[in-house]
Amino acid sequence: MVSVDPEPRGAADRALDPESAAWVRELTASGPVHDEAVLRVHALLVRVARAEVRRRRGQLAIAGPELDDLAQQAADDAVVSVVAKVGRFRGESRFTTWACKFAIFEVSNKVGRHFWQRPAVAMDAEDWDRLPDRFGLDPARAAEWGEVVAALRRAVAEELTDHQRRIFAAIVLNGVALDALVAELDSSRNAIYKTLFDARRTLRATLVAHGYLDKDATRQA
Amino acid sequence: MSSWQSLERFLRTDPLDAGCAETFELLDRYVERQLAFGDAATRYPGIAAHLASCNPCVQDYEGLLRAISGPAGTPE
Repeated sequence: MVSVDPEPRGAADRALDPESAAWVRELTASGPVHDEAVLRVHALLVRVARAEVRRRRGQLAIAGPELDDLAQQAADDAVVSVVAKVGRFRGESRFTTWACKFAIFEVSNKVGRHFWQRPAVAMDAEDWDRLPDRFGLDPARAAEWGEVVAALRRAVAEELTDHQRRIFAAIVLNGVALDALVAELDSSRNAIYKTLFDARRTLRATLVAHGYLDKDATRQA
Repeated sequence: MSSWQSLERFLRTDPLDAGCAETFELLDRYVERQLAFGDAATRYPGIAAHLASCNPCVQDYEGLLRAISGPAGTPE
């Protein structure tokens, strides 16, 4: 994975739009001006978090007041991040867009934690029987993909590190949500994604080296 | 077309992939660029590459896009 250039040329020197400048000024002030700005940004982030929780309620095993509690918790945590980081806001977007990002991210965190309320979620077992369904492999054409899946299974066993194998099994074979794994392992989304990214690259290279996949394209069946 | 194309697609990694941390850092700019000009993927190819294979970050992208397009993201 690579870093990207975050700044369009000259953007770091861009003046904040008046509304964003007012938010920054008030949130970095002290006393009642600061407190009132915190209340206003909290109200904004509660609305955003509630809307996001409603949008993602299909991923949650909770409903009603518990959904609202989750949104409130996400907004509370997002406000803490916004207030702590407002000094780093440079105006490359509107302040409200920047602040809403934290509310959306905190909803993701909370949704990930709630994943474990589902019954019988296995994390460490390797349930290879789920793989065909996970990738839409037609059982009627098992003669075509059976060899590739067997080679993939060997590559998972032989080529991945223990940590990569654990992450691969949890996400790919057992259907654990990535953010749920972040919560379970007290890790970060970036770290888990990077582990899976490296595992995917290793597995693909192994299948290519053994002739199961073409280097630049899928082998034709 | 092979019967394992979706598996092959999953295993394929893009060297441009910016990762989750960079994507979070730039997500507000990416979303505003997309709404204003519709060319965020061209301006931020590493973020676009990442969104092509990271479902949690896609969820955040879609959530933020909806938040700032709708009434919830407007200060009262």
